[in-house]
Amino acid sequence: MFPFCFEWVWDMAHAIFFGGFWYAISILGAGMTYCILKAAYDTMNDSGESHH
Amino acid sequence: MKQENNKAYKFGMVIDLDKCTGCGSCMVSCMSENNVPFKEDESKKKDSITWMRVYKLTNGKSFPDTEVVYMPRPCQHCGGKGDHGHSPCVSVCPAVATDYGYDTGIVSQIYTRCFGCRYCMGACPYHARYFNWWDPKWPEGMENYLSPNVSPRMRGVVEKCSFCYHRYQAARDQAYAQGNKDEIDEENYQTACTTACPSGAIVFGDLNNPAHAVHEIVKPDPHPDPRNKHVVGKSRNPKVFRLLERLGTNPKVYYLSEREWVRKAGDNYLDGEWDKIKNHHGATLSND
Amino acid sequence: MDAALIPEGAKRCSFPKFTIGIAIVGAILLWGVFAMGLIWWKGLNQTNMNDYYGFAIWIWADLAVIAVGGGAFFTGLLRYIFKIDELKNIINFAVIIGFICYSSALLILAIDIGQPLRGWFIFWHANVHSMLTEVAFCLSAYFAVLTIEFIPNILENRQAQKVPFFHHLAHNMHGVMAVFAATGAFLSFFHQGSLGGVAGVMYGRPFAVREGLLIWPWTFFLFTWSAAAFGPCFTLLVTRITEAVTRKKLVKDNVVHLLAKISGWMIVTYIVAKIIDTIYWAMVTAPSLGFTLSHFYTNNSFYGYWILITEIVLCGVIPGAILIMKSTRENSKLRLIAIILGVIGVCLNRWVMVLQIMAVPVMSFDTWALYFPSWQEIATTILPIAYGIILIALAYRYLPVFPQEQELNPVEPATEVE
Repeated sequence: MFPFCFEWVWDMAHAIFFGGFWYAISILGAGMTYCILKAAYDTMNDSGESHH
Repeated sequence: MKQENNKAYKFGMVIDLDKCTGCGSCMVSCMSENNVPFKEDESKKKDSITWMRVYKLTNGKSFPDTEVVYMPRPCQHCGGKGDHGHSPCVSVCPAVATDYGYDTGIVSQIYTRCFGCRYCMGACPYHARYFNWWDPKWPEGMENYLSPNVSPRMRGVVEKCSFCYHRYQAARDQAYAQGNKDEIDEENYQTACTTACPSGAIVFGDLNNPAHAVHEIVKPDPHPDPRNKHVVGKSRNPKVFRLLERLGTNPKVYYLSEREWVRKAGDNYLDGEWDKIKNHHGATLSND
Repeated sequence: MDAALIPEGAKRCSFPKFTIGIAIVGAILLWGVFAMGLIWWKGLNQTNMNDYYGFAIWIWADLAVIAVGGGAFFTGLLRYIFKIDELKNIINFAVIIGFICYSSALLILAIDIGQPLRGWFIFWHANVHSMLTEVAFCLSAYFAVLTIEFIPNILENRQAQKVPFFHHLAHNMHGVMAVFAATGAFLSFFHQGSLGGVAGVMYGRPFAVREGLLIWPWTFFLFTWSAAAFGPCFTLLVTRITEAVTRKKLVKDNVVHLLAKISGWMIVTYIVAKIIDTIYWAMVTAPSLGFTLSHFYTNNSFYGYWILITEIVLCGVIPGAILIMKSTRENSKLRLIAIILGVIGVCLNRWVMVLQIMAVPVMSFDTWALYFPSWQEIATTILPIAYGIILIALAYRYLPVFPQEQELNPVEPATEVE
């Protein structure tokens, strides 16, 4: 899972598999971080208006 | 002190089915050697652990033509398609809990790494892998007789024949101590089943070493089978066969029999197919 | 009693009636939880699995719920990436069904492994060459996506909406939902596929093994395609059941017809591929290993040709045909038959690809192995159904799941029927 796990090998299989996995996780993490930070910002500068 | 292993062994076995009497000594010695636990009722064979299991086969004919053969079946230590080490079980294990030893050809099982998903059992067509459905238990006092060289297994993990790997380790240490680090003597590494067989039906050794009896009997063909590129190490001895060779699993356990029906029982054939290929023995001696 | 939590303008049954319903299903849930506890405490000897059946009913249930839960990723893909706007009226429910299916799948896996406390080894010590590793990673990551997709709907609860932070969070998450949906589709493609790959790579099992493209056997693509095809059938079926239980129309016909039509075409294309795969396997792959088709379907008391015909024709070709033709698709009875057959078909396919593989003898002197699950296995397999019913009931009661509900069911003052 991580390069410091002893079965880790720097080969194509690991690059593709974990490249894809960490890429997906990064997108989810970044997306959620953005949503939460923006929600906090919006709350502080509360416009109070519904967007729906 | 670091031990170096420069030599690649390929340990394998040949079992002479015409010599096997079905006595079960191999099974008993294996269980005892490898600390295999047992249940109070061992009659339900589908969930009892027998690293070495003796199957009974018949030729299906009625008396007086009935013939019976007993087929001991340890783990086949498959080399996988093309003999590259991608055994059916090793390639599927999600946690690297079973591994192919390129230095020995032995398929290992790391009990403390296995989390019991049992995918390897599904992938093995030989039913050579067993799951610990229960906590291992021995009758009172018998724990004292467990081998200190083999770790007992906990509930919830898969186990199987290791070709008595601890005996290999001991032989390797001995060879190193004697300053002969590249060569393990044939007699110094023999599995428990081999030494226990009263009729001498099991022969074990290095398939890569022409001096070893197993190599002499099997005469493994190092080239891929021209009829099936996945098959490597096919025997050039017309009496020798492997179980389910056509699947490309490339077992390192070979069987020997004079009887044609026994050799035919080792694999599956379409109607009429056997007669066409029964005399095909490897790439270099294809018309024995 | 809980009126403050119920969406504005929506009619719900009385709280005591709701509680009684939940309690009945809850009792079944507790039975399953008890069985689960037994299995964790005493081990897998509580099951009827054995060394021939290392994979049994749980793995089937796991594959089946993931297949039918495929409606979530596929509907999400259509809604957010292909911008099919009508599907916004069913996407919330598709996500909830998916969430239930995937959380159930993860729970089943946690029960199924022999050493549950070592379950994390599959991540930490991952063997990237194993299809099961790919399943574990993509399945867990996709469950995270489903949770993310479910959160805005939860935050739209009447009381939660009053909290400004939650209100903004739900709004912001809606804004970037397409990114999450695309990630979900990517992950789903791989875990649905690798579940098919689990069977297809078992080259020691001639019933399972398939040739394929690069490292992926054909079953990889067939599983992904079938989940996308039959998943929406399950979404429609659960929607129909929810409508029957609540005695309300919740989704407009045009939305249902559209999803049914897409599902129909997916089923037809899938079933053509499945038939080609079956013929190639029966005529080329299996014979090359010394097996005839009859070997897999005769000489035992359960697995006959009927299972092949039921899966492909009765539960594949027929629902596909019903759903692609406008006249039959828009007939509510025929459509219901088609979606039921479709759901049975994909579940049967997963059954075959798990349990029949284990049953078929491979060594010439081996025998067929049949198996029947223990009560503990049955109880733990029913557990997710009870859990699903409870979660759907809670979501329906307290969240604005169906955007068209109020339009289709205008509230008449002072009525308290369901």
